Amino acid sequence: MKIVVCVKQVASLGDEVEFTSDERDVDPDFLDYALNEWDSYATEEALRLRESSGDGEVVVATVGDEDAEEAMRRALAMGADRGIRVWGDGLAGADPITVARALAEVVRDESPDLVLAGVQSSDAVQAATGTALAELLGLPRVAVVTKIELGDGTATVHRELEGGLLDVVEVDVPCVLTIQTGINEPRYATLRAIKQAEQKPIEEREPGDLGAPAARVRRMFVPPRGEGAEMLDGEPAAIAQRIKEIVEERLR
Amino acid sequence: MSVLVVAEHVRGELRPVTLELVSAARDLGGPVAVAVVAGDPSALVEAVDVEGVDEILTVAVEPDAFETDVVQAAVEALIAEREPDAVLLGFTVDSMGYGPALAAKLGLGFASDVFALRREDGGVVAERSFYGAKVNAEVEFPGHERVVLLVRPTSWAPSAGGGGATVTEVAAPAVQSRARHRDWVEVEAGDVDITTADFLLSVGRGIGDKENLEQFEELAERMGATLSSSRPLVDAGWMPNARQVGQSGKTVKPKVYLALGISGAVQHLAGMKTSGTIVAVNSDPEAAIFNVAHYGAVADLFDVAEELEKLF
Ligand SMILES: Cc1cc2nc3c(=O)[nH]c(=O)nc-3n(C[C@H](O)[C@H](O)[C@H](O)COP(=O)(O)OP(=O)(O)OC[C@H]3O[C@@H](n4cnc5c(N)ncnc54)[C@H](O)[C@@H]3O)c2cc1C
Ligand SMILES: Nc1ncnc2c1ncn2[C@@H]1O[C@H](COP(=O)(O)O)[C@@H](O)[C@H]1O
Repeated sequence: MKIVVCVKQVASLGDEVEFTSDERDVDPDFLDYALNEWDSYATEEALRLRESSGDGEVVVATVGDEDAEEAMRRALAMGADRGIRVWGDGLAGADPITVARALAEVVRDESPDLVLAGVQSSDAVQAATGTALAELLGLPRVAVVTKIELGDGTATVHRELEGGLLDVVEVDVPCVLTIQTGINEPRYATLRAIKQAEQKPIEEREPGDLGAPAARVRRMFVPPRGEGAEMLDGEPAAIAQRIKEIVEERLR
Repeated sequence: MSVLVVAEHVRGELRPVTLELVSAARDLGGPVAVAVVAGDPSALVEAVDVEGVDEILTVAVEPDAFETDVVQAAVEALIAEREPDAVLLGFTVDSMGYGPALAAKLGLGFASDVFALRREDGGVVAERSFYGAKVNAEVEFPGHERVVLLVRPTSWAPSAGGGGATVTEVAAPAVQSRARHRDWVEVEAGDVDITTADFLLSVGRGIGDKENLEQFEELAERMGATLSSSRPLVDAGWMPNARQVGQSGKTVKPKVYLALGISGAVQHLAGMKTSGTIVAVNSDPEAAIFNVAHYGAVADLFDVAEELEKLF
């Protein structure tokens, strides 16, 4: 069983922010990077499916610059076999449809039995790349999956709806599934595994035709605070005292 | 600017986001059509016939439950026939299953989790956030005459009143469904119903470790609060499903919602932002939860918890 997992290196902001001079993105100096939380669940799920099927391969694919290999190494340290990194013009800050186009070519070349992505990336929250990728590959798909049972030519999966309602779906395989947190407990990579992952191969690829971008950021800005919260200042004791007063007043 | 809204429904009921989409569509000006793709669409016509809707397009499909291939084919056919400038879907689990596919297949402009919309120089400008909702962005769609947008629930007030839209039946295209609905499974009810509590003490990933949970169970009891949490604590198995607040958990509206160590992700806010009084403690002054809180404190939650223990 060969599974491709799409993994993204995501960026998070601390408590300070400055923008690039064209104001279209945050200045990278203000960003920290990590493997997307949803993608670590997707990687874990792929590893478990490989393990229970007895053999096979887990390939992780990412669209990102050289620095993005760090996140992919995390997935390799968890146990994925090899990586593919796609990078080229037009991919910096790309919209999810463009990212899906960049992934489609390399995933197609792998002819996997199953493709997994995360539900969403924590920095962009598009919840779109996996579904767009499925369309470009001509594959069926289910978004927001919390359970997978592989059958013969199909898989029975749980699709988690709003309010926690589960839709039991039978999907033809191969397919693309976007994986929700909580589906499993992602393993920790041991130090030894992290070291070994350094030796695992990462193939570099250039994207084919990306077409026109589906969107472009015109301007990023810090949201206006609106009325905002009334801030409780002072030492923890003073804060706790104010909280007590607020609670007592509101519950009266 | 003509807009096609796709109605959302589950188990025979219209989902509220549909009427919010109508309001969003009205912001763009121009005629608004609402597509109802369902087993018996006529049963939902009355519910979507609200102020601002010019036409209701009904497409009868098998089965009634959402299936990506079925809904996508129906919406594709409507796009080809009606040529709307914008297609508005909810930023919901159903739409996540086909909205991006429409954009990829038809080469349309695309953005999701959109919470503000306007027309500028004939084109659409959408607002959404990035980086843990700490920055917002204006997004444009150069070169696209048509866009698909997934709109954040509760960003617009639902449209109401009105009535009298034209109803047009449209035949469903033949399609082979490759992902088929089989059954529903409901979340098991828990030991408490957090939706009826007056006072929720809600803890997030900021509490760090499972071992720390006990401290907050005790604190909640002292304060007379019911303990609830954000999703990661449920994912990790520290808290039962029934105590999760948010989009995939419970929608709560207590008199007081005290959030400790919760960042304020959009799916969490969806479940608690209409609470009477929201008090948030977070060590990060830029945490998005402060945008919806009435009172906020930038502090270590353990320090504040320790002081609260002395007061209650
Ligand atoms: C389809 C879908 C549905 C979802 N449904 C839900 C849902 O129903 N409910 C839900 O909650 N989430 C839901 N999520 C997940 C959501 O996107 C977030 O991942 C989640 O809400 C984050 O939880 P958190 O705020 O506890 O954790 P984090 O985002 O990790 O935030 C932890 C916060 O704690 C603060 N902190 C850390 N240490 C301290 C300290 N010592 N003192 C004070 N503050 C501290 C940090 O500054 C940070 O702001 C859903 C996601 C998807 C894709
Ligand atoms: N640059 C990328 N490289 C590889 N996979 C990605 C990339 N961006 C998004 N994905 C995948 O798509 C999922 C959803 O991301 P998004 O559509 O950005 O919210 C992620 O969890 C990844 O699995």
